[in-house]
Amino acid sequence: MSILAELAYWQQTSLRVAAGLVAVLLPAGTLVYLYLFKMMSFMQSRLGPMEAGPFGSLQLVAEVGKWLQKEDIIPTRADRLIFGLAPFIVLMSTFLLVVVIPFGPDAFFADLPTGIYFALAVGSISVIGILMAGWASANKYSLLGGLRAAGQLIAYELPMVLAVVGVVIQAGTLNMQGIVVAQADGEIFGWGGIGNPYILTQFVAFAIFLIAVQAELTQTPFDMPVAESELVSGYLTEYSGIRFLLFFISEYATAGAFSAIIAVLFLGGWYIPGIDIDDNVFNVIGPIVMMVKIVLVSFVIFWFRFTMPRFREDQLQRLAWKVLIPLALVNIAATAVLKVAF
Amino acid sequence: MNLLALSLPAVLAQSDSGDLLVAQNIAFGIIAATMLFSAWRVVSTNNIVHAALYLVIALAGVAAIFILLGAEFVGVTQILVYIGAVVVLFLFGIMLTRARLGDVESVDHENRLIAALTAVLLAVVMSYALIDSFGDTRIDIETPSTTQAVSDSIFSDYIIPFEAVSLLLLAALIGAIVVARREDGS
Repeated sequence: MSILAELAYWQQTSLRVAAGLVAVLLPAGTLVYLYLFKMMSFMQSRLGPMEAGPFGSLQLVAEVGKWLQKEDIIPTRADRLIFGLAPFIVLMSTFLLVVVIPFGPDAFFADLPTGIYFALAVGSISVIGILMAGWASANKYSLLGGLRAAGQLIAYELPMVLAVVGVVIQAGTLNMQGIVVAQADGEIFGWGGIGNPYILTQFVAFAIFLIAVQAELTQTPFDMPVAESELVSGYLTEYSGIRFLLFFISEYATAGAFSAIIAVLFLGGWYIPGIDIDDNVFNVIGPIVMMVKIVLVSFVIFWFRFTMPRFREDQLQRLAWKVLIPLALVNIAATAVLKVAF
Repeated sequence: MNLLALSLPAVLAQSDSGDLLVAQNIAFGIIAATMLFSAWRVVSTNNIVHAALYLVIALAGVAAIFILLGAEFVGVTQILVYIGAVVVLFLFGIMLTRARLGDVESVDHENRLIAALTAVLLAVVMSYALIDSFGDTRIDIETPSTTQAVSDSIFSDYIIPFEAVSLLLLAALIGAIVVARREDGS
């Protein structure tokens, strides 16, 4: 922070904007190449992109170029303003999510006291963008997709927030840096060898949060909003060119951002055991540690995506309201009792 | 650091707290004008979906003003509850029932005068209550309230109002289910 404090406000802001673009686009590109292009291909016994660059690594550039060239089509009967705004609302939600994620003791965009609470709040804004896209397209498939997305996101926001409460009780703070430090300094029944990554002591919360994130990202098995076989591609049906590209980037960037939040809440964030937490070296290796953890967590998300069949709408609602929410409430009560007892 | 310190007014004010008030007033003016305009459009537009989206802007303005006053927790709650849940349910309901694109001829209601009167009365009563109880008490905007302070006062000084409100909301919820359910036991 000492270097940052000497810069003028506009210089700090330009640095933050540049770093924010990297923090949004780098995980998104990595996830698309590693999982969507390569892992899915290997799971389906094919090679995936091989021609553009070594092992097809430049395929991403080719894809972006292709989407940028495509014609930007807006249906005649669409509500042009809202149709155009929708992808930006969704992308805005993604950028706001990244704001509170810490990448090192001094490497953060904003160290808000309400950290994780802020993340949960801004993460829910994307629903409005999806509803706008679905309605403004003037297409029955789009509208159905938008409505399905809204119903699903409302149902899974509750278990998500409730799962975080367990972590917050144990850490004693809403602040993201505070949660990282609490895990680094923590002890599991008096043994502090690896700190206390909450994936061990809050495993129930971790499982609920992971399922809720899967639903929030509308990845299979929760992909009814864009179900190809039923709804063409839901709220995305009428989008093409750069607007589709924005939706696509924000889908994978949000997957990266939520993986980062899972890494901070349950895997110890930028901290790795063995190095003193006050060591300045974490400002350098912290972002790398976070990136590795993001890739590990999102591996699980995409592994589910490529192997699970799709839920039915009533099964999805039943899972949220009758299984996840009661389980999360029990977890909160148990965590509170244990917190007071120990 | 907090949300307030990120906003432009706080940066302008790092030297002098007098500058903070000027910058804060400018920010308040912009936010208030946006809120007034969108609130007016909520009731004047003939497109119900547009009305709901203008409501989003008005509610976001409320959150912005909370943050401007250093009440970060309340501001974030405003976003989570109103924008993330209430308006989404509004949009959901509107799109499920009358999702017509473009303007309908008129969404006016014959009771609009009574509604306007009620709104004015409500504004008068609330302003009177606020001015009467707080007068010219100033809040300290340079040291924002912490989440801990909010939860401490809710669960100690204001525990009875808090529990009363919870009970009221529960009753409203059960009432809504009873009204919505058909009598034939389905």
